[in-house]
Amino acid sequence: MGSSLLSIAYLIGSVTFIVGLKMLSNPASARKGNLVAAAGMFIAIVGTIFLYEEGGERLRNYGWIFGGLLIGTVIGVVAARKVKMTAMPEMVSMFNGMGGACAMLISIVEFNHLIHGAPPSSPTVNMELLNVNISVSQNTTGTLLVILLGMIIGSVSFAGSVIAWGKLNGKIKDFAFNGQHIVNLVVLGVILIASAYVIYATGQATEEVLTMKLGRSELVVGETHMPAGIGWIFYAVLALSLLYGILFVMPIGGADMPVVISLLNSFTGVAAACGGFLYNNPVMLTGGILVGSAGTILTILMCKAMNRSLKNVLIGSFGGTQTAG
Amino acid sequence: MSAVLDFLQLHIEMVYIVILSIFLGIEVISRVPSVLHTPLMSGANAIHGVVIIGAIIVMGKAETDNYLALVLGFLAVILGTLNVVGGFVVTDRMLEMFKKKK
Repeated sequence: MGSSLLSIAYLIGSVTFIVGLKMLSNPASARKGNLVAAAGMFIAIVGTIFLYEEGGERLRNYGWIFGGLLIGTVIGVVAARKVKMTAMPEMVSMFNGMGGACAMLISIVEFNHLIHGAPPSSPTVNMELLNVNISVSQNTTGTLLVILLGMIIGSVSFAGSVIAWGKLNGKIKDFAFNGQHIVNLVVLGVILIASAYVIYATGQATEEVLTMKLGRSELVVGETHMPAGIGWIFYAVLALSLLYGILFVMPIGGADMPVVISLLNSFTGVAAACGGFLYNNPVMLTGGILVGSAGTILTILMCKAMNRSLKNVLIGSFGGTQTAG
Repeated sequence: MSAVLDFLQLHIEMVYIVILSIFLGIEVISRVPSVLHTPLMSGANAIHGVVIIGAIIVMGKAETDNYLALVLGFLAVILGTLNVVGGFVVTDRMLEMFKKKK
């Protein structure tokens, strides 16, 4: 009963997001569209809090959840109400960054769950051995991929948004050095390689443990012994992603900030969608991907409205600094 | 590699949702007047606040003695709520101003 109600809540959420976005793109219905989306979000959140269950278990820690919701709501409403009209874009950037950080934190927690062998939801005892095993280890790989993606994109978006916020604020000056693009590329390359290694090494370790256990025909899935350094590499990837977010936005001129914020906005959307994969959660998936694709198109449209190309804004950022500065 | 393919296979319905949503997002937005760019960005910003659901799940699944998960989850809930609530309120204010001007 509960879980089917929750599915309906998620369905309503997804539909309102689509309808809301559609209405937002028309001046006459825009304000109503925003409310429609907000209502859908409310339903999805309340549904999750009260109806979500995994393996027949309800959520715990209601005190913490409601505490967090309350604090967030109060700060959010006050900040959004008090901000001056002219400071709106930087506020949007800040909120966007918060969403990115949220995705990042989720990934960190889930990663720790994964490597410390969180109690598996799959059967612990025997037979159908190979099948169960292999699908478990493959799950680990896929899950890890989604976790890493969510973390990387979320932290890039978080760091980038904070920098964008600072720039619109005038607190952070443009900063560019020669060969910055090369440095950026190198950082990105290292992030990708390190992530690939984390996924590979974990997959390897999982398999080894499983075959060992199989040999002794006792099967305790999930009690994996990860290679020692894997946690450190994960946090290094986290740090590098944050660095990349900073480096990515730093050289872009203040006048181009709205475009960048829109781009980071769609990044956060994708990070949210990774969460959707992680929890098999359709609202997170539709909401995130919708924003990801709509945000990307919006970014391009904004560039066009400013008579610039996206490539110009991002790659030609040195020129951007000069014209905008 | 095969593991990744299997992951896709396992979640093939979600992959379909992803692809359809991409096209939907493009379609829904593609003819928006430029005055609405900023509010739309802000509205989309609020919508990706759905991450809050992930944060709630993390928080709700955390063992009561797992302080790392509790603290990070708590932070995530706060930040996610900020994103959602702040996002919708700011968008509303923008659109309100928009109406007055007209």
